[in-house]
Amino acid sequence: MDLTRLSAAELSERLIAGTVTSVEVTQAHLDRMSAVEPAVHAFLYTNAEEALAVAADVDTRRAAGEELHPLAGVPIAVKDVVVTRGMPTTAGSKILEGWVPPYDATIVERIRAARMPILGKTNMDEFAMGSSTEHSAYGNTHNPWDLTRIPGGSGGGSAAAVAAYEAPLAIGTDTGGSIRQPGAVTGTVGVKPTYGGVSRYGLIAMASSLDQAGPVTRTVLDAALLHEVIGGHDARDSTSIDEPLPGLVEAARKGAARDLTGLRIGVVKELSGEGYQAGVEARFHESLEMLTAMGATVVEVSCPNFDYALGAYYLIMPSEASSNLAKFDGMRFGLRVEPDEGPVTAERVMAATRGQGFGDEVKRRIILGTYALSAGYYDAYYGSAQKVRTLIQRDFDAAFEQVDVLVSPTAPTTAFPLGAKLDDPLAMYLNDIATIPANLAGVPGISVPNGLSDDGLPVGFQVLAPAKADDRLYLVGAALESACEAAWGAPLLAQAPELEVNR
Amino acid sequence: MSAPTVDLVAYDDAIDRYDPVLGIEVHVELGTRTKMFCGAEVEFGGAPNSQVTPVSLGLPGALPVVNRAAVEYAIRIGLALNCQIAESCRFARKNYFYPDVPKNFQTSQYDEPIAFDGYLDVELEDGTVFRVDIERAHMEEDAGKNTHVGGSTGRIHGAEYSLIDYNRAGIPLVEIVTRPIEGAGARAPEVARAYVQTLRDIFRALDVSEARMERGNVRADVNLSLRPTPESPLGTRTETKNVNSFRSIERAVRYEVSRQAAVLDAGATVTQETRHWHEDTGITTPGRIKSDADDYRYFPEPDLVPVAPSRAWVEEIRAGLPELPVERRRRLQTEWGYADPEMRDVVNAGAIDLIEATIAAGTSAAGARKWWMGELARRAKTDEVELEQLPITPAQIAELQGLVDAGTLNDKLARQVLEGMLAGEGSPQEIVAARGLGIVSDDGPLLAAIDEALAKQPDIAEKIRSGNLGPIGAVIGAVMKATRGQADAGRVRELVLERVGA
Repeated sequence: MDLTRLSAAELSERLIAGTVTSVEVTQAHLDRMSAVEPAVHAFLYTNAEEALAVAADVDTRRAAGEELHPLAGVPIAVKDVVVTRGMPTTAGSKILEGWVPPYDATIVERIRAARMPILGKTNMDEFAMGSSTEHSAYGNTHNPWDLTRIPGGSGGGSAAAVAAYEAPLAIGTDTGGSIRQPGAVTGTVGVKPTYGGVSRYGLIAMASSLDQAGPVTRTVLDAALLHEVIGGHDARDSTSIDEPLPGLVEAARKGAARDLTGLRIGVVKELSGEGYQAGVEARFHESLEMLTAMGATVVEVSCPNFDYALGAYYLIMPSEASSNLAKFDGMRFGLRVEPDEGPVTAERVMAATRGQGFGDEVKRRIILGTYALSAGYYDAYYGSAQKVRTLIQRDFDAAFEQVDVLVSPTAPTTAFPLGAKLDDPLAMYLNDIATIPANLAGVPGISVPNGLSDDGLPVGFQVLAPAKADDRLYLVGAALESACEAAWGAPLLAQAPELEVNR
Repeated sequence: MSAPTVDLVAYDDAIDRYDPVLGIEVHVELGTRTKMFCGAEVEFGGAPNSQVTPVSLGLPGALPVVNRAAVEYAIRIGLALNCQIAESCRFARKNYFYPDVPKNFQTSQYDEPIAFDGYLDVELEDGTVFRVDIERAHMEEDAGKNTHVGGSTGRIHGAEYSLIDYNRAGIPLVEIVTRPIEGAGARAPEVARAYVQTLRDIFRALDVSEARMERGNVRADVNLSLRPTPESPLGTRTETKNVNSFRSIERAVRYEVSRQAAVLDAGATVTQETRHWHEDTGITTPGRIKSDADDYRYFPEPDLVPVAPSRAWVEEIRAGLPELPVERRRRLQTEWGYADPEMRDVVNAGAIDLIEATIAAGTSAAGARKWWMGELARRAKTDEVELEQLPITPAQIAELQGLVDAGTLNDKLARQVLEGMLAGEGSPQEIVAARGLGIVSDDGPLLAAIDEALAKQPDIAEKIRSGNLGPIGAVIGAVMKATRGQADAGRVRELVLERVGA
């Protein structure tokens, strides 16, 4: 039996039953990483020694009869934008090369408290800015479905690691779609929780009002299990919601029974049509039929202000990023570059460090944000964008009065070839057209694989729910997943080509 | 430090021709146990960079959480300054690159201060009350501290390298901003000083800060502009930064009035800029050009939620406010029955707490004032120290006055005992015993001394007998001398009259 093919839920059962050890599970994944990393490059750092030590400790405790968290001993990969004590954390940027954080993010503390071995840190677009992971300062990640194609972004590393069976679980972060879009293009599950539902303490911020960490997995149930580990109130994050999470695992299990009687589903009119691949739309409509067959009512709803979401997003996100990224200046941590000539003043060191340490996309967004916040432009740009944001929130409010969840394709296209959009930022930005509204409104979203497009590449189905109703994502997501797998006879990933491995 | 020589106009001449307008920004460091946005403990004098967390170091991923105690202190200050307290207010980011600002933005309040629209009545030395309107009081965090090493001046120019201590970074501050202070005229320097001094007293009374100027707990930026007449529009202002003693505030205002008057007299315009105050030379020099185009790219801090103090909480804080210095002064003056000038002297001498404690220890109001504003005030002046720095306590003064009241000491003896006390010879009782200073209450030695005195000047007895009591003082003086002052003058007088048979 190949342990890397099992879901986290299945591994958990076997670990609890004692039929496998965590060391075996962890070692299997480390072996898989050694085998496929040269081709996939999902990881920036491998944490083998510590992961095996945690695994061995879990095995000892279990053997001694200690009651552990159900996911204890199940390994996980963590996106490199999340700070990890003792493990290098770069956020995909040269400016943080070699930085080893002296503290853990809250979600990492929770993962460690659950005794889940951390396999390593996954690749990403620099500071999570991108939709293809091509903006990583440490090289591309390749899509396991087709190594010449992008794995999505910014969390392409986490999605590819899970899709390539290098890890059963991974952590992603989603500011405009960076969990869901990679999920869609790699045939995996990605969840962006309600804003405030998962602590941001220890996430290297891109846009504070939009960022949210969440699960990257191969099954909906696994996502729910992981979400319950990392979610819930954190006093160190002022924007954290001080309420218990709804029953997510419970909702996922309920959804797997494929009964959606009474559920009202709204199809967002604005998230279809021009720019959406035919295969993407075809799979979307097939999924709607499946949901209808399970008892749900499907209606079309209009969210007219979604048309302005991308524009508002590309003002708010860079504005916040320009400020959040100011701290990377060579004074306290990370890269420090002294100017080649002339006096070595603090200001000139800052300029040289930032000039050399940041990549082009990061610089582009810092400049954009700095401009948008400037006196005389603030009202026209940042101010107007915030108004649009309010209108989008109102669109959601109105829609959720009519329906329980909203649905759309997760991304307009399947994975494009590496390099195809690298020189065309606007084309790149359009990948997130369907995912961005949820970030602007703070509502939760999930992407579930719902088939292959005409080009044989995976497609994702997005479900959006009202804030704090993340359980609905799992209900609908698990129902669709179950119906799809019943139709296919296996998970979608079973159709992915076997990777050539180093033996 | 060499500064360009600047022509100055004599202060009185400047004030004759121009009307000064002040604006004062005071920063006070709150005395909370931890920092504004994290749990780093705050203590004066810690080893550099020992009082930091990922948050106050601005490490990637760290997030701020508002310190509730700091909000409470800010509300206390707002209420004491007669301000409105915002029902909801946000923090903002003030973006600028500087190594002592760990995030390269300061988390501050911009357009939504926690307290606004207040005033403070400031009492000047002659008792005049001057009202200063308060525009706002807002919360923010302090920056770290730079030390420039290797230069001759301690300033950044010429330094080889700079060290940064982030212990101070993130300490909660409240910044209090006045509206333009008009109508002070020639008394502008005094108003500025009295305003900051009154604020300092309020911070202490509210127990929100140790408010020690010399530690930089309270820092003042003084804006000043001149205009030809009070009816003219406001002139261009300068902002003199970090003037950190009461005396310096007064001097800096005087200097800027004289300097700006010279600029205007020459037909030139005052440059809008920040200026540095030089304690040693008593002048200001230009700092950074400050224009309205300064762009801090303020925007609401997305990592924090609005601070929304409930009205119930605000009222609870209001109800718990201690008596403020000005109210306390009024109450004590009534209780003690001091005349206005007496009370003002007490206040100006910083003797109010000392007198209150002396009275509490059993001395009359008049007795307490007599000591602290008399002998002790003279002694403090001679020694060039504050009254409270004298090596003597209110309880000791009360004991001393007790001995006077009991007849053990007369005033003259009591002053000798006081000398002993200041010299550290012990308690009043111990000094009386050790120096043998008690009043001679046995008539025997007194009569002997009287007889001796009368014998030396036989005509005196005759004069007294005939009703001319004038010379009696001479006899008393002689007796006092003979007894080294340890006689009760009243008793000696009685005995003299008895002796001569008057």
